[in-house]
Amino acid sequence: MTISNELMLQMYRYMVLGRLFEQHAEQLTHKGLIPGAFHTGIGEEATHVGACLALTQEDYIIPTHRGHVADIIKGADPGRLMAEILGRATGYCGGRGGSVHIADAASNNLGVQAVLSAAYPVAVGAALTQKRANTGRIVLAMFGDGASLMGTFHEALNLSAIWHLPVVWVCVNNQYAMSTSFTEASAIANVADRACAYNMPGHVVYGNDVMDVYETVREARERALAGEGPTLIECKTYRQGGHSTFDTNPYRPQEEIDAWSKRDPITQFEQRLRERGVLDEKLITQIADGVQQQVNEAQEFALNSPDPPPEAGMEYVFRSSEAA
Amino acid sequence: MTTREITYRDAINEALREEMVREEGVFIIGEDIYGGPGGYQGAFKVTKGLAEDFRDRLLDTPMIEQTIVGAAVGAAMTGSRPVAEIMFEDFITLAMDLLVNTAAKTHYMTAGQYCVPIVVRAACGAVGVGPQHSQTWTSWFMHIPGLYVVLPSTPYDAKGLLKTAIRDDNPVLFLEHKKLYNVKGEVPKEEYEIPFGQARVLCPGDDVTVVAIGYMAGLATQVAGTLRDQGLSVEVIDPRTLAPLDMETIFQSVRKTHKVVVVAEDCKTAGPTAEIAALINEACFEYLDAPIGRVGARDAPIAHNVGMSEYILPDATDIHEAIQSVIAW
Repeated sequence: MTISNELMLQMYRYMVLGRLFEQHAEQLTHKGLIPGAFHTGIGEEATHVGACLALTQEDYIIPTHRGHVADIIKGADPGRLMAEILGRATGYCGGRGGSVHIADAASNNLGVQAVLSAAYPVAVGAALTQKRANTGRIVLAMFGDGASLMGTFHEALNLSAIWHLPVVWVCVNNQYAMSTSFTEASAIANVADRACAYNMPGHVVYGNDVMDVYETVREARERALAGEGPTLIECKTYRQGGHSTFDTNPYRPQEEIDAWSKRDPITQFEQRLRERGVLDEKLITQIADGVQQQVNEAQEFALNSPDPPPEAGMEYVFRSSEAA
Repeated sequence: MTTREITYRDAINEALREEMVREEGVFIIGEDIYGGPGGYQGAFKVTKGLAEDFRDRLLDTPMIEQTIVGAAVGAAMTGSRPVAEIMFEDFITLAMDLLVNTAAKTHYMTAGQYCVPIVVRAACGAVGVGPQHSQTWTSWFMHIPGLYVVLPSTPYDAKGLLKTAIRDDNPVLFLEHKKLYNVKGEVPKEEYEIPFGQARVLCPGDDVTVVAIGYMAGLATQVAGTLRDQGLSVEVIDPRTLAPLDMETIFQSVRKTHKVVVVAEDCKTAGPTAEIAALINEACFEYLDAPIGRVGARDAPIAHNVGMSEYILPDATDIHEAIQSVIAW
């Protein structure tokens, strides 16, 4: 299937938006406005954008704690997203969840599992509902290379295969779990090579190629909907920043960082679209201005939002029967 | 109301059957809950016969406790109402993260956008199968905000509480005691539910209150019968649910009897008896005529050897002695 110029521009715009949004959030963390740490997906945008654009609004997603653009593509409002990151009352979780627990039921975003291993079983369960009720929806479960080495990966991928569940497993292999490099942590070079153990297709994709990610996920989605079961897709990319805001990244070779900087997904895609005549200087500026305005508005909304009252911390511990 | 005598096992089975009939979204997920022709139909036969009518709603899994509970959570978040079976409560440690960090926190973390209507059934209690198949753990779970903890001690309670658990929109840990599966009791034929957070006075009395949890409730009732013959009036209360915990019924009883013993099968140290005793102390200090008695297992794993396990676990004699001790104070 050829990707339309319109979709290419959408991909580009979301990648630029994702980066700028996270750069702003990072700055707010440095200013002490965000409690705790913030994890960016800077450098990984092509993977998050490509995978999420392959979904419909009705499909379910479990995003990772990076790549907040995934939430936006799924349907989250950037202002409420930023408000949640800031812990404000207007955020998606009213300030209870923060960046690592963003969930948006209205856009079938099941939320991040911050104990990373939980994402797999939860995805299996969500896919089970889709299969039992024959909803025509799939579940996209995203996870990192670090999480791919956890035990539930094995349990859940195997179960998803024996039950032919409509789930697409997308590994964002950004090479590092905090400071532990994947090459040191894994006995094999490719996460996707593990797919053969579950009798499902496994694909290694260059994760900085948004169109390749998109196509691969889209095909896996169609396969899942045809009842042919899950697919494991590994997107090789790179976490350009540290693990979180205050990680200065001293444990990685500078040559490696430099090499991947030259393979920046946005720069590369921009160049490609220029060559194709899809993008020009004027359009680039126009997109940049639009995105800047969108992020400024989101930030302004979030910063102007009130903190929740402290006693609201006791709300939602249980669902009351009246709320059901 | 028409009643008949059925076992605790059959009472649970009936509740599962009736709730599957009532609601399409209810399914059962676990290990060997069907097992195919000639299969187990549950390690303790609780799901026996259900496959005849609900074959596609009995989901046998490999040995994957984390994923059983986690898949139940994901299914619940998307509109299903799963019942997950963990064969032995001891194995719940494998699923602890999904139960504690995911099931119990999702409604909170998402500000009510998602709820997790799951029931995790697990068999507790010691029947001589060694330290890793014999545990009764309750206080760990009482400690988790967002999780309900239910321990039925009779067939009547087992059926009514399980139906409530399945219909509730919160995660529920439902602990079934292995020694109770074959115990018979009166269960109405008609539809009924038992609300959470309502303790049951198993026998009324005036001289001493005994709060007894799960399997211990039956033992305490037997002891109360023996003591009644000796002229001592013992009030036995089964809280039935530890979260939510009906302390008001216990407080009322303590204000009447002025003496109390709390009994549970868990290890005594930091067990549920400690929490209940502390709450009685906070609310009823001026009513107490004796220190609060506590009965629990000795602080050891449950040994395989019968003599050793009997030595470790609380029994009727321990309950009897604890009552005598607070009476004699």
